[in-house]
Amino acid sequence: MAKLGKDWGPLHPKVETAETTEKLAKTELPRERQLELYSYMKLNRMVEERLGNLYRQGKVVGGLYASRGQEATSVGSAYALAPQDVMGPLIRNLGAMLVRGVKPREVMMQYMAKSDSPTGGKDGNTHFGDLKRGLVAPISMLGAVIPVMAGVALAGRMQGKNLVALTFIGDGGTSTGDFHEGLNLAAVLGVPFVLIAEHNGWAYSTPTSRQMKIKNIATRAAAYGIPGEIVDGNDVLAVYEATKRAVERARSGGGPSLIESKTFRMKGHAEHDDAGYVPKEQFEEWRPKDPIERFERHLLGGGLAKEEDLKEIVAKIDAQLNEEVDFALASPMPPPERAFEGVYETSETEVSA
Amino acid sequence: MAAETVTYLEAIRQALWDEMEKDERVFMLGQDIGTYGGAFRVTAGFLDRFGPVRIVDTPISESAMIGCAIGAAMMGMLPVVEMQFIDFISCAFNQIINFAAPNHYRWGQKVPLVVRGPAGGNVHGSAYHSQNPESYFQHTPGLKILAPGTVADAYGLLRSAIRDPNPVLYFEHKYLYRRLKDELPAGDELVPIGKARLAREGRDLSVITYGAMLHVALEAAGRLEGDGIDLEVLDLRTLKPLDQEAILATVRKTSRVIVLTEEQITGSVAGEVAARIGQHAFEWLDGPVHRLCCPDTPVPYSPTLEEAYLPNVDKLVAKVRELSAY
Repeated sequence: MAKLGKDWGPLHPKVETAETTEKLAKTELPRERQLELYSYMKLNRMVEERLGNLYRQGKVVGGLYASRGQEATSVGSAYALAPQDVMGPLIRNLGAMLVRGVKPREVMMQYMAKSDSPTGGKDGNTHFGDLKRGLVAPISMLGAVIPVMAGVALAGRMQGKNLVALTFIGDGGTSTGDFHEGLNLAAVLGVPFVLIAEHNGWAYSTPTSRQMKIKNIATRAAAYGIPGEIVDGNDVLAVYEATKRAVERARSGGGPSLIESKTFRMKGHAEHDDAGYVPKEQFEEWRPKDPIERFERHLLGGGLAKEEDLKEIVAKIDAQLNEEVDFALASPMPPPERAFEGVYETSETEVSA
Repeated sequence: MAAETVTYLEAIRQALWDEMEKDERVFMLGQDIGTYGGAFRVTAGFLDRFGPVRIVDTPISESAMIGCAIGAAMMGMLPVVEMQFIDFISCAFNQIINFAAPNHYRWGQKVPLVVRGPAGGNVHGSAYHSQNPESYFQHTPGLKILAPGTVADAYGLLRSAIRDPNPVLYFEHKYLYRRLKDELPAGDELVPIGKARLAREGRDLSVITYGAMLHVALEAAGRLEGDGIDLEVLDLRTLKPLDQEAILATVRKTSRVIVLTEEQITGSVAGEVAARIGQHAFEWLDGPVHRLCCPDTPVPYSPTLEEAYLPNVDKLVAKVRELSAY
């Protein structure tokens, strides 16, 4: 094999991550809203734990994609949006969907392919949308949602809706052509658009070092002439504040932004994947930075909540999820004939006067 | 007083113009469509009339252009994306087949999108400015595909495409752009999507075709009149969904069929038409269903090579004679 030449470099397993301090970002969010952030992050994790149980019981018919360790990115960014804004969450953004009003039972029924799932069993996992709640469903081909959300932003501007479009991409997804084309088009058109790049170290089993030669995804913003900011992705307040700034800038005509959220995927790519390829030290390094536990310490240490307050929140979610699981399990499987329905929209597109 | 005649290209332009006048949700994305008015001048004057908000010049990013249009369509706009040459639609393949096409089936969200552009050869455009990519998309559920071959259909089908709530690919044949002239039909009637048109009634043999090949079929029919062979010509106009009823009706009438298209033959729309005839009208046939298409090569540049590559009147006439004698 010597004829093929020297290897061009080792596969670096080292993942470059942001320096995170224990102290969270400054915020003016009042106590109740901070508790709401906590509640959403906890809901995100607890829904996924329930889904994990359903998966092990064989009730989930496809793969299960968890976001453990990344809840602050999903929740903090979605929490910065206004009701008229539109979001395109990816597979690991369940928390963002919950913030937009998605019910746990909807996601559970999706995973279990039930008749009453938002897609009626036609699609799975978090792949569903609802524009009434400002949600666009993603496709599995990464990057594709970026130009689509740029189009949402363009339409919103044409329609005078004063909306901002926001979507996500992973470190691996930044290697796609649509990342470049979409961000460049959004920048050139100056549309109100925010892209959150979740830098979680691993794209399935591929470390960031095999996706790019740069350390920070935010560097790429310069190529499009838009602001790029690095944020501690395990600090929900930092993510919220950075997104809020970007959203406000977009809403006031300042164009798109790229926010790089430095975080870590604490599980495998999907439930079947034990992530044996991730060096153990990396999990050990990130475990103490768990975004939910850090936020708990912030709430307790800052006198914003007592142990009982948090316990009460968790107990409430637990009780809610019992109901959600029961409801989802009770839904039947879809009737086979549905497989043939709905390929086309058959109503006429009405023509305005 | 006779109505004014317009070219096929002017009919396309008029359809875009009329729909943009009628409905402010209609807007266009494309390369060089604004100040320059498009590579073929389809949108000349549009920027002045409709302004830069609705005539959007974009970077060379076919995937992002169509992705952007998908997003806008979901939001209730009616975008029309121009591919400068339809060959470049392959750069946006993922957005069309994975995003736009299955969107309504997957989560019930309609995508009223039109992608249009010049297709076809016989203008010495070589491998990347002559393609007929319809069969790549024919396979994908959720799309509609149109290929007008007349001035009236160029106008009426494009207006229908813009009003259709689904993603529609509209393949205009660049050979016909300025060669084909006809009157625009009076009135506001749309040409329905999914309906073929009997372009010529005949008794002896059916040619099923579309686009520029329609005119090859009609010319061949004229030439064969003297031989006492009466061709029926069916213009498909819509390639997806296919008008199976019209296809089977002409087969039952003449019992001899040539499917004439300007695609490479393997995996072609012509192949699908032939398969449906074989499956649903086998007992009506008096001979094999023949596909007269292009060979399985890229589109060649030199006129002698391209002539060898494309179906033409001589090739069709020979095939008709052969099949008539079967």
